[in-house]
Amino acid sequence: MHELSIIMNVLNIAEESAKNLNAKIVHEIEMDIGKLSGIDFEALEFAMQHTQKNTLLGTARLVINKIPAKARCKSCNYEFDIDDFYTACPLCGKFNHYIFQGKELKVKAIKID
Amino acid sequence: MCDTCGCDQSNNPIAFKKPGNENEHTHDHNLLHAHVHNHDGHTHEHSHGKIIQIEQDVLNLNNLIAQRNRGYFEAKNIVTLNMVSSPGSGKTTLLEKTLTDLKKELTFFVIEGDQQTMNDANRINATSTPVIQINTGNRCHLDADMINKAVKELEVVNHSVLVIENVGNLICPSLFDLGETYRVVIISVTEGDDKPIKYPNIFHTSDICIINKIDLLPYVDFNIDKAKEYALKVNHHMQFFELSAKSGEGMNKWYEWLKGIKI
Repeated sequence: MHELSIIMNVLNIAEESAKNLNAKIVHEIEMDIGKLSGIDFEALEFAMQHTQKNTLLGTARLVINKIPAKARCKSCNYEFDIDDFYTACPLCGKFNHYIFQGKELKVKAIKID
Repeated sequence: MCDTCGCDQSNNPIAFKKPGNENEHTHDHNLLHAHVHNHDGHTHEHSHGKIIQIEQDVLNLNNLIAQRNRGYFEAKNIVTLNMVSSPGSGKTTLLEKTLTDLKKELTFFVIEGDQQTMNDANRINATSTPVIQINTGNRCHLDADMINKAVKELEVVNHSVLVIENVGNLICPSLFDLGETYRVVIISVTEGDDKPIKYPNIFHTSDICIINKIDLLPYVDFNIDKAKEYALKVNHHMQFFELSAKSGEGMNKWYEWLKGIKI
């Protein structure tokens, strides 16, 4: 839904960085995206394909590292993998955790020439 | 052009309009043209292309502007509510009623976000509250930069309550910090009681949950306890208000909370 706004920001970050490095072409944009970041991976790739890009970014490939989500229970300190926002701690059964990994949304690297 | 939601940021400027002065004017959208700092990340040589580490948060610019807004609000003792919900949950009616009933006790300012029309701003204007309408064009959410510009035009005074009525959408606004003091999510009993787990991001990032239209409970299958249980699973610190903006039931608790916020 908001993936086009996101991809526009991604392209801006990649373009500005590439220009600062006097790159002629960007081959690849590598992103770290958490599974609970609120981003739909398919919609993001769709937005990437259908966004008009200049020659610098025209053939750039989007590589997404999907970061699994992890939570820590504040009641019993147990650390566990989590795929959604509504799972109880598997050890003590309480809903009192915080998610410390899996909300990432960043441009990690670009591959240029 | 995004076929998923119709987002089109290319040729569709954001419009800012005040009731009575609807000569539309637009602003450049800084977020899309902002300067990105050069990162001197280390470089790896490869056979085809060099990999340059960037390590930049995609929402960094929005978050920086949001924190600037937040600092401005704190310095001026302005409490800011970012009201989010799906379309039709009764945000504007709740707001009209609140402004009318509390205008002698609190100083309000309102920013209205909608894709199109001045309808909501005109309704707020009828309560004699200063209001500015942001028409987002095809964008599906408000962002921190729009709020930054709208606040300057609205000339919000010290010791006041600024209410931002976000675009009716339960998905996109969850990602965009506006610099608000509290995020308030509204659901109505005509929706499903499993909304909190169907759209968890917005409930996860909100502070307050208002359950509206409780006067309709006898006619619908909405289970309030179940909805609250789901919301608490997604957000362990959620605070609830159950009310009907139309009948007035439950509004007093909401008013007490608003009046109790330190400004």
